Amino acid sequence: MSGHDHDHHHDHDHSELSETELRVRALETVLTEKGYVDPAALDLLIETYEKKVGPRNGARVVAKAWADPAYRARLLKDATPAIGELGYAGRQGEHIVALENTPARHNMVVCTLCSCYPWPVLGLPPVWYKAAPYRSRAVADPRGVLTDFGVTLPKDTEIRVWDSTAEIRYLVLPMRPAGTEGWSEKKLAELVTRDSMIGTGLAKRPEDLA
Amino acid sequence: MNGGQDLGGTHGHGQVAPEPNEPVFHAEWEKRAFALTLAMARPGGWNIDMGRFARENRPPQEYLSMSYYELWFYALEAMLKERDLVDDDEIVVGHALHPPKPVKQTLSPGDVAQVLYRGGPTERATDTTAKFKTGDRVRAKNINPVTHTRLPRYVRGRVGTIERVIGCHVFPDSNATGAGENPQWLYTVRFDGPELWGDGSDPSVKVSVDAWEPYLEPA
Repeated sequence: MSGHDHDHHHDHDHSELSETELRVRALETVLTEKGYVDPAALDLLIETYEKKVGPRNGARVVAKAWADPAYRARLLKDATPAIGELGYAGRQGEHIVALENTPARHNMVVCTLCSCYPWPVLGLPPVWYKAAPYRSRAVADPRGVLTDFGVTLPKDTEIRVWDSTAEIRYLVLPMRPAGTEGWSEKKLAELVTRDSMIGTGLAKRPEDLA
Repeated sequence: MNGGQDLGGTHGHGQVAPEPNEPVFHAEWEKRAFALTLAMARPGGWNIDMGRFARENRPPQEYLSMSYYELWFYALEAMLKERDLVDDDEIVVGHALHPPKPVKQTLSPGDVAQVLYRGGPTERATDTTAKFKTGDRVRAKNINPVTHTRLPRYVRGRVGTIERVIGCHVFPDSNATGAGENPQWLYTVRFDGPELWGDGSDPSVKVSVDAWEPYLEPA
């Protein structure tokens, strides 16, 4: 992605473009000409969230918590500095709380009012997280939502839903799968899916990696 | 506002449809709309709560039929126009037609990493004391402001338990209207499923919201 793309865009046949695409291009040109934005800064913002910040960050956090009991304790006590130890911090992750899944309690995170999501550890949210089906049902029928994700939990497991209505961002610490004793943090991280850190999924099992 | 954004507990939206191997963005324009929104916050002079209100402040049928980045983009347009930073005629022709207004600060490429890393913490120092403590029973007030609020309808009037006293945080209801940060104590309030969804609903479900003190009264 480079700033040169902008000139290239204008060579396209505009009839192929939607009204919104045209308006976005037009607005970027206007804002650039007025000196309000620098397209190179826009490119960097995009590159950051396409290439650098994503659920692999969160997977490192979870894997370290699985492997290192002292880190796990720090993470559950005050997640923001614990996550900061791995270099992850900032926008949409200024105040993070880690939620520990146990056999007795499964945590699930939603933002019914918009799309609040812990960017430094999970990146930008997927479309379904921002869309009406998830936002409407996660608080009223979380077991039904889990079924949409192919997850069924025992009836007596408490389903604890966290609606992110303020600037606190929630990261689920999924249960460590059996059969992973002695695994390195790097190998453990391969088991940690994005959905397992939102609470709409579980961590992979060792046999899933084959 | 009781708008299309307040979705908790509403029906008819269908199943959740996860997309396997979903890309971060689905079109080039989404990338640019996202980045423009982030980059314009400082020169535009608005805060996150004003941005959220600009996205939700439209007829519910529009809100529900637009994609998320469409909501972002048209909110950006609206905020720019409100502040006379851009005019409609400029968007139509795709070029600046009027002189720029002076702005506080723009985002340079060299600042991007630091600005993102710093973020925008919302906790504020206070000399006030929290009214509630962990374990207290509280009722979410029945409020219906036409302006921005972060108290979803599905908890209004319902009784829950203070699970955690979070700290004193910027109050969105004030911050969104330009009335200032007006920091207030913030709590995690946990509700039993049947309190929210009625007798016969799944008793194993518990739902929490993070609620500022002005949203709550003792129960």
